[in-house]
Amino acid sequence: MKARTLPLSPLAVTWLGLAAATAVLAQTSGELAKALDARWLTKLPRELRLPLKDEISAFMKWLVEEANFGLFTFTDLTRGIAWLLAQPYELAKGLLVGGFVQGLGDEAVQLLPPLSWAAVIFVVAALGHYAKSLRLAVFVGLCFLYLALFGQWQSAMVTLASILIAVPLGVAGGLLLGIAGYRWPWFDRLLTPVLDLMQTVPVFAYLVPILFLFGFGPVSALVATLVYAMPPMVRITTLALRGVPSEVREFGVMVGCTSRQMTWRIMVPSAMPGLMVGVNQVIMLSLNMVIIASMIGAGGLGYDVLTSLRRLDIGGGLEAGVAIVVLAIALDRLSQAFVKRPPPEHGEGPLSFVMRHPYALTALGVILVTGLLGLVWPFLQSYPAAAQFTTGPFWENLVRSINVNFFDQLEAVKTFMLLNLLIPVKRFLLGVPWPWFILLVTLAGWQLGRWKLALLCLLLSAFILVNGLWEDAMVTLYLCGVSVLIAAAIGIPVGVLAAQNARAGRVIGGVIDTLQTLPSFVYLIPVVMLFRVGDFSAMIAVVLYALAPAVRYTAHGIRSIDPQLIEAGTVSGCTRWQLLWRIKLPLALPEIMLGVNQTIMLALSMLVITALVGTRDLGQEVYVALTKADTGRGIVAGVSVAFIAIIADRLIAAGAARARARLGLVAQGAH
Amino acid sequence: MRAHLKTRLGAGLGAGVALALALGAADTALAEVESKDPIKLTLHDWTGQLITTKLMGSVLTKAGYNVEYVQADYIAQFAGLKTGDLHVAMEIWETTGREAMDEATATGNVENLGETGMQAVEEWWYPAYMKEKCPGLPNWEALNDCAEAFSTPETAPKGRYLGGPVTWGGFDDERVEALELDYEVVHAGTDAALFAELESAYQRQAPVLLWVYAPHWAPIKYEGEWVEFPEYTPECYADASWGSNPDMAYDCAKPRGPIWKVSWAGVKDKWPGAHSAIKAFQVSNEEMGAMVAAVDLDGKDLDAVVADWIAKNEATWSQWVSN
Repeated sequence: MKARTLPLSPLAVTWLGLAAATAVLAQTSGELAKALDARWLTKLPRELRLPLKDEISAFMKWLVEEANFGLFTFTDLTRGIAWLLAQPYELAKGLLVGGFVQGLGDEAVQLLPPLSWAAVIFVVAALGHYAKSLRLAVFVGLCFLYLALFGQWQSAMVTLASILIAVPLGVAGGLLLGIAGYRWPWFDRLLTPVLDLMQTVPVFAYLVPILFLFGFGPVSALVATLVYAMPPMVRITTLALRGVPSEVREFGVMVGCTSRQMTWRIMVPSAMPGLMVGVNQVIMLSLNMVIIASMIGAGGLGYDVLTSLRRLDIGGGLEAGVAIVVLAIALDRLSQAFVKRPPPEHGEGPLSFVMRHPYALTALGVILVTGLLGLVWPFLQSYPAAAQFTTGPFWENLVRSINVNFFDQLEAVKTFMLLNLLIPVKRFLLGVPWPWFILLVTLAGWQLGRWKLALLCLLLSAFILVNGLWEDAMVTLYLCGVSVLIAAAIGIPVGVLAAQNARAGRVIGGVIDTLQTLPSFVYLIPVVMLFRVGDFSAMIAVVLYALAPAVRYTAHGIRSIDPQLIEAGTVSGCTRWQLLWRIKLPLALPEIMLGVNQTIMLALSMLVITALVGTRDLGQEVYVALTKADTGRGIVAGVSVAFIAIIADRLIAAGAARARARLGLVAQGAH
Repeated sequence: MRAHLKTRLGAGLGAGVALALALGAADTALAEVESKDPIKLTLHDWTGQLITTKLMGSVLTKAGYNVEYVQADYIAQFAGLKTGDLHVAMEIWETTGREAMDEATATGNVENLGETGMQAVEEWWYPAYMKEKCPGLPNWEALNDCAEAFSTPETAPKGRYLGGPVTWGGFDDERVEALELDYEVVHAGTDAALFAELESAYQRQAPVLLWVYAPHWAPIKYEGEWVEFPEYTPECYADASWGSNPDMAYDCAKPRGPIWKVSWAGVKDKWPGAHSAIKAFQVSNEEMGAMVAAVDLDGKDLDAVVADWIAKNEATWSQWVSN
């Protein structure tokens, strides 16, 4: 393999020329607009804007106040659904937290206490043992014990109750939609853009309509969680079903299955491992929603995080945040174990009921015994406050001492970054006239995916323009772009390290998992204390959150390189360094690009949250709309965020596909 | 005045419900009440409001009513109050909720139950140690002399003023222009971010000038003062020629005003006794400030603080229910 010296192709020259022209334009657009008397170059005149947001708001008002199906109104329908959803939720909550009471107010009498903490810990441990091993049982048991020890039990159980409802609904809904998408290709084509939007429109944008329709109840939080957590299940279902070997399908046809039997008896069971990946995703995403759900009244751990941080109780916020992580990890390991669980062996002869259900019966026994003993010894029923821990003061003092002792150094770093990276990029992006920018994006689309992609890029960016959000979009692009750049600069080397060294890989994996499930609020407030309100704080929060995929995909890309190729490199005398630069990184490039793509998606979704520390971008627009309960404004801004995400996604995916095609040739040449 | 929502960290929205049945001490009811249906009081996300609502709830419970607390958003709750999904909201700030409240009462479905006795204050605020660096304070005219002292590397030579979230409104950008202040207005996204910066600056005794409101724990925890701008009058906001700048409005302080109580209009007929008790409810800024501080600064349990007030002020609240 010899080093490729790239003479600049005409194409590269064209793009370099365009970049230079852009740079000049960005500098001079202000004067240019003045000289030509064409202010529309930098700002779209008001008359050309679409009143789309007002129309959406008006439609929403109509839907809530007037829409009628004859016998009942649209609101009746959604309120009915809300009532239906509330029933299992109340049951789960009663079981885990409140117990069951009859009567109201002073007359309320508790009929049954909730499950005691000891019983819940036993049940999850038993699930762990059933699914895999004693080790897992101890692990999940300890996770839940953390919740009790750190005084998070009540809140954690409220959160768990909503997860227990959201996950089965999300899985069932996703499964049905996924199956429909698999059976009818037209449905799949219809569904794909909807799923894209569901995953990229920030949650804040559709909270207002959900509240209007589903009313004041935890059910609204549940619905929002479903919208957010369901799409991966749909996608994975369709994919997993397509991946079922054709022999299995043919076998089904041969034994004369009806199409229903085919789906439920043959296809779904065969696709089970794939489907369980989807289940796992639904669990993780539902837990990601805990904070936002608590803003619309779900209570639980999310509420604790928010109220602690409102009091600037950093330690309290962190402990509640870690409780979410712990819950996520325990549920994740459990669901993973269920995927890998070997199918039960079929013994001979009928077993007695007791022999067939040893776990369920033992758990039931423990629940009864702890429940009864709890009446005598209250500490068994609810974990005693005296035996709870807190590490709160430690964290508080840590942040304080960093703040007092290192603020000047941190300030210097911040000022350097602001002056040399953030502000120039912002000025540059805001300076580029919009017609030129749209032209460039469209050209890039044409370059990578011909007219289809070019048209998509043109239409989506024009949507942002005519809705009067161009400037916000540019600020979004700037914050997101800088953060992605830094996340990639940190994440890719860390990913390489994780792939090269197994032990480092494990540690890095743990850190990355935690960063992704730890609610960003937990670190947002200390970051503000150290770096003040502003773009720099927002950028740090975005980088921390969006780092994970860059690390993961890079590590995965390098690990999955064909070992023969590496051997070929070693044989031909590559040093370790050459091996990395000449073989591993180029071959892992498509994976790394996908990782960067995911980083962009996460960065965009995080921007809405950084609106809470005062950024002035599309995220802020969505957030302002939320606080003013302005449906149209929120949805238009949210869809604009989604469109930026979709443009970035399509361009990078096309780029990665081309890179892969090119590497196919390279790989052949190396043999 | 534009309505701006006090959306605190995370704020937002909300409706939802932490359906906390008031299982309070079951004193014998003072009187037979009109309806045993639960009266739904809304809870928001700041401590003072939680205390006010729990105080009212406890008093109503003592009077024999059933009370239910519902988590709801500050502005979005009006939709529920109009339909009767929700019944009572205990804190609508003149400064932030006036427009939404007027719009709701105009429909006839929501009733204004008068002042809570607390006065909302929102203004530019600085810690006491800044007075050494800027002796002319609290007079606003001193601000320009000290712009340098309040500056940060990004804003220098201008001073930096940390305003509330954009959604709170407040016309600070306009105020800076109208009063020709050499300051840059930076907006925090939430009040958590706002007070995180204050805490950070206070720990280092560093310069900071920001939006603080009361009743809140911050002016209790940190020693400091409000900047004194020319006093607010409605003309100042409406009429450009008023005040020191003949061409611009907003050349004055922010309005101060009462915190109101509102209810669903049906409360009056369904629970007349409760209706008059809520109308009679009064607490002062000082009392509320002390309770907020006990919860947020001393880390006491909110319900315990409320119970303590109820135990010590029986003479006061029994007046409300006896009417």
